[in-house]
Amino acid sequence: MRQRSLIAITAALAAGALTLTACGSRDSGGSDSKGGTTVIIGVDAPLTGDLSAIGLGIKNSVDLAVKQANKQKAVDGVTFQTQALDDQAQPSSGQQNASKLVSNKDVYGVVGPLNSSVAQSMQKVFDDAKLVEVSPANTNPTLTQGDNWQKSKVRTYKSYFRTATTDAIQGPFAAQYVFNKSKKKKVFVIDDKKTYGAGLASTFSEEFKKLGGSIVGTEHINPDTKDYSAVATKVKNSGADVVYYGGEYPQAGPLSKQIKAAGTKAPLVSGDAVYDPTYIKLAGPASNGDMVTSVGAPLDQLPSAKDFLANYKAGGYAQEYGAYGGYAYDSAWAIIQAVKKVVEDNSGKLPSDARAKITAAVQNVSFDGVTGKVSFDEYGDTTNKQLTVYSVQSGAWKTVESGTYNGG
Amino acid sequence: MNELPQQLVNGLLLGSMYGLVAIGYTMVYGIVQLINFAHGEIFMTGAFGALTVYAYVLPDGTSMWVALPLMLIGGILVAVLVAVGAERFAYRPLRNAPRLAPLITAIGLSLALQQAVWAWYPEAKSARTFPQIGGGPFQIGNVTIQTGDIFLLIAAPISMAFLAYFVMKTRTGRGMQATAQDPDTARLMGINTDRIIVIAFALGAAFAAVGGVADGLKYGQIDFRMGFILGLKAFTAAVLGGIGNIYGAMIGGVVLGIAETLATAYIADLPGMAKFGTQSWADVWAFVLLILVLLFRPQGLLGERVADRA
Repeated sequence: MRQRSLIAITAALAAGALTLTACGSRDSGGSDSKGGTTVIIGVDAPLTGDLSAIGLGIKNSVDLAVKQANKQKAVDGVTFQTQALDDQAQPSSGQQNASKLVSNKDVYGVVGPLNSSVAQSMQKVFDDAKLVEVSPANTNPTLTQGDNWQKSKVRTYKSYFRTATTDAIQGPFAAQYVFNKSKKKKVFVIDDKKTYGAGLASTFSEEFKKLGGSIVGTEHINPDTKDYSAVATKVKNSGADVVYYGGEYPQAGPLSKQIKAAGTKAPLVSGDAVYDPTYIKLAGPASNGDMVTSVGAPLDQLPSAKDFLANYKAGGYAQEYGAYGGYAYDSAWAIIQAVKKVVEDNSGKLPSDARAKITAAVQNVSFDGVTGKVSFDEYGDTTNKQLTVYSVQSGAWKTVESGTYNGG
Repeated sequence: MNELPQQLVNGLLLGSMYGLVAIGYTMVYGIVQLINFAHGEIFMTGAFGALTVYAYVLPDGTSMWVALPLMLIGGILVAVLVAVGAERFAYRPLRNAPRLAPLITAIGLSLALQQAVWAWYPEAKSARTFPQIGGGPFQIGNVTIQTGDIFLLIAAPISMAFLAYFVMKTRTGRGMQATAQDPDTARLMGINTDRIIVIAFALGAAFAAVGGVADGLKYGQIDFRMGFILGLKAFTAAVLGGIGNIYGAMIGGVVLGIAETLATAYIADLPGMAKFGTQSWADVWAFVLLILVLLFRPQGLLGERVADRA
């Protein structure tokens, strides 16, 4: 009897363990090589969980970039492949994935991650291995410019690049829009205490005060819960005419909904991590008039993105390319261009220290990508500083205006 | 201070939700001294059961007045099946094992249930929207109550009254009290204790399912991790009220909910406390309250009234 129950427990535990490992190891691409050299481009993004809508868009876009490169024979004798890993938006998973990608000697570049907090845990692992990492979505300034970026900028990791603009630009851009164009003067600032959200909220607040607006309240929410009724009541009684939220859409949706339900009309304004159709689904019809800023300009209005959009559609991907698809595609191409340069300089073969050479080559890439000019400054940040304001109108995101941020 | 009534209502609603789930913890603990950490996931499966009825069984566009009772039945059915299955296959074989074994099994079961819903429920890899009751919010003086919250306000007291009646007045309820007091003697008196234990699990699951439906109606979305944090809070509420005591579970839930809400609303206004008053600190204050209560009343607010625990 006792033994039978032991067997039952062991079986249950084993089944549980299998389920858990199963979610860690999906999508490890195969590695068949049809002659020539195989170069794997790693992808790290949340492929499951709340942020999977955005993460899968990144994965698909990199996949498309690789397929295009192989089709065009972008680099002679080199076949590109992808290896996509799921970080579930967790820094710890991100670091494990980074080690895994580093240990695969065919990986010569990585696109990802989505979350700034995950990037923090991965940077050192990649840098130690001199493996280049190009993020399509991280916007926290400290990742490239060091902890003390407001006073003295120092680049910590030479292997880290990004095609997205930073919160140092995004926060002030939103503040200027809200103050000058929407004519809102009293803001209630909320963040989720994560690297991204807190950074965005503080750069916004600073610029908003500088412009002459007043901050009538601040609040930090707990992203693990979804009851924000106490916070919503505070917002209502503060008399704020606009709410700025530094955080991501899984919390922003319910937050906006509960703030409106508490009986205030103040629109919620947020950053690129809220720019997703799921936000509107979560926030409900009351989200009409809510606004976000997002990096770059809308892909469907950029002439440079026409081919990308057509190819993505033809690729038959199950998910939308999402907020960062264009950046992910450009990130992958930055790596492909660097591989091309390194291979051509070395008479058609990958040198033994290819990873370091490719990292150095990414620093100097310059080409016309889907989202505009792709090139990096001395910190690894993109030189493309375009941002766009979107707002929710009758259940969908509509472009309000695009602009280039100057100053600050 | 004019926001106090609204904040109290916010806390009461949050607390009623904790209370509905806490009842399951406290009943199971009262009878088999097991902390069923998978109970939060039973709450989650209840919510998904209700969503299944709405999204896949009923025709599109069914009125919520028709759909809601059916969703409740579906949710309760699924949650009870999962709980009874868990009792039969995960806990009963360990009935006589050391205490830690079933506890660890419960944690494993909690993870397994989360992953099972994640893997097999259609589109459950991110949050799914839950149907809403139409109609605007109700305004009572200074207080706004959402349509979705009305269900919770009605369901929580009714559930509690039903449970009190069941435990105090019915034959099975008295059997539960007897089993809680002394399982061996109860068995000698002809009570089928195995059956009583299954009933305790099933009742707890039914209340959790009611809580799950209320959660979906209140927040408009459910996901596979919704039970984890809520389960922890409900367990805390059960301890706060006095674990093993069904009234304590409800009281503990409401006290915890109100404490969290008031901490979010007012602590920041105290001089020098601006840093510690935001919502992310509310949990800390809730646990400070728990520790204080346990320091002075180790048995919890209502205490473990042995005769009533069931």
